[in-house]
Amino acid sequence: MERFESYAGGIPGVDPAELSGWLIVVEGTDGAGRTTHIDRLRQSLERRGYAVAETGLNRSDLASRGLRRAKQGNTLGSSAFNLYYATDFADRLERQIIPALRSGFVMLTDRYVYSLIARAIVRGADPDWIKRVYSFSLKPHAVYYLRIEVPELVPRVLASGGFDYWESGMDIPMGEDLYESFVNYQRRLIGELDLLASEYNFETLNATLPVDEIADDLETRVSRLMATREIAMDGNPSS
Amino acid sequence: MIATYGSLRAPGAGRLFVVEGIDGSGKSTQLALLAEWLRAQGYPVVYSEWNSSPIVRATTSRGKRRKILTPMTFSLIHATDFADRVEREVLPALKAGAIVLADRYVYTAFARDVVRGVDRDWVRSLYRFAVVPTCAIYFRVPLETALRRILSGRPKLKYYEAGLDLGVTADPVESYRQFQSKLLAEYEKLVNEFGLMVMDASRPVEVQQRRLRTALRPFLGAAPVEIPVHGTV
Repeated sequence: MERFESYAGGIPGVDPAELSGWLIVVEGTDGAGRTTHIDRLRQSLERRGYAVAETGLNRSDLASRGLRRAKQGNTLGSSAFNLYYATDFADRLERQIIPALRSGFVMLTDRYVYSLIARAIVRGADPDWIKRVYSFSLKPHAVYYLRIEVPELVPRVLASGGFDYWESGMDIPMGEDLYESFVNYQRRLIGELDLLASEYNFETLNATLPVDEIADDLETRVSRLMATREIAMDGNPSS
Repeated sequence: MIATYGSLRAPGAGRLFVVEGIDGSGKSTQLALLAEWLRAQGYPVVYSEWNSSPIVRATTSRGKRRKILTPMTFSLIHATDFADRVEREVLPALKAGAIVLADRYVYTAFARDVVRGVDRDWVRSLYRFAVVPTCAIYFRVPLETALRRILSGRPKLKYYEAGLDLGVTADPVESYRQFQSKLLAEYEKLVNEFGLMVMDASRPVEVQQRRLRTALRPFLGAAPVEIPVHGTV
């Protein structure tokens, strides 16, 4: 894919033809190593002279505060929650991601609509509905999915401070205690991400491999991706 | 199956009545009079107003105050507010057998968001979770009548209220006029698309109220709606 486009519908006031940067997504559950690999990727891209920007879920100027407050009380129903997240996403898309792409930045995105869609489906949302809600989003150039299974995930989460209420799906809840709910929730979540991986053409990486190996792999994939445009701009046939 | 608004029916024994129309159409006045009449007859009445969720409102206000809402986030935050009210106010009340009166409903979003350039089909699927009202009444009013009602008090028109975000003109009154005119055109399309009942809102208040009661009476049933009580023999 060379030019930017939305999955469907589009965004009022945004002409995708004006966008020139790269939109690269790293997906995966908590503990899969997303933060580490985004850092590594950023460093390697910056070394090569690219202007790099980053964003992640629930970091919007508009809605992140309200969303955090709503989560504290756990008082929102599931549709309202899903739409609050969609508001947060749309704000970041229009006010962080799109301006950066307009300026030619490489936008590294720590999770994208896919995690939000998977999370919503596990909480009972209709898959067609929630995918349609997010259909205004821009198609990324690549989605790197750091895939890990629950048994490998558990020791990592324990080492990094234990089970988080939301990442264990305790708002539903899905088990007798935090551990049980975590296992069941993450298993369902990974199942949904796997389905999305084939539907949206993710590139799946084994997140249990040594960190350096994954980082090298990612760097190679990103270089190859970016070379496609350089070839196209030199006037040679692109693959 | 088409994933869009219009397939979910109201649950339980309750009724959902909706009033729609542009600012100054007199719909809120009529709804308040209707509520009094229904309560006087012993019906349990629950009110739900557009943009009133206590949990979501702070975010909407922040967006408006700082003028950072785009057509997409304007649409989504109002849908969030609506979803919260549907889940916490409307559905439980309908299940309990109440008469729910909604001052504006999904049609407000369909009109406003589309005027702001949001994809027509997308906004309809966004609201798929909303139940179809028992009856929705559109208060049709000539543009000049509505404008006179709103503008005669020389109000300070707010940024989004006046449609200044559309960037058509910097003059709030002129912007408001054009925005309302576009909304009116969009509402007229909704009347046919969703079979809204039309009220001639240029008639005197008491005439409209009489017509409203006559129109809704068939939906009320013979006696006041009974609240189902469980656990009794």
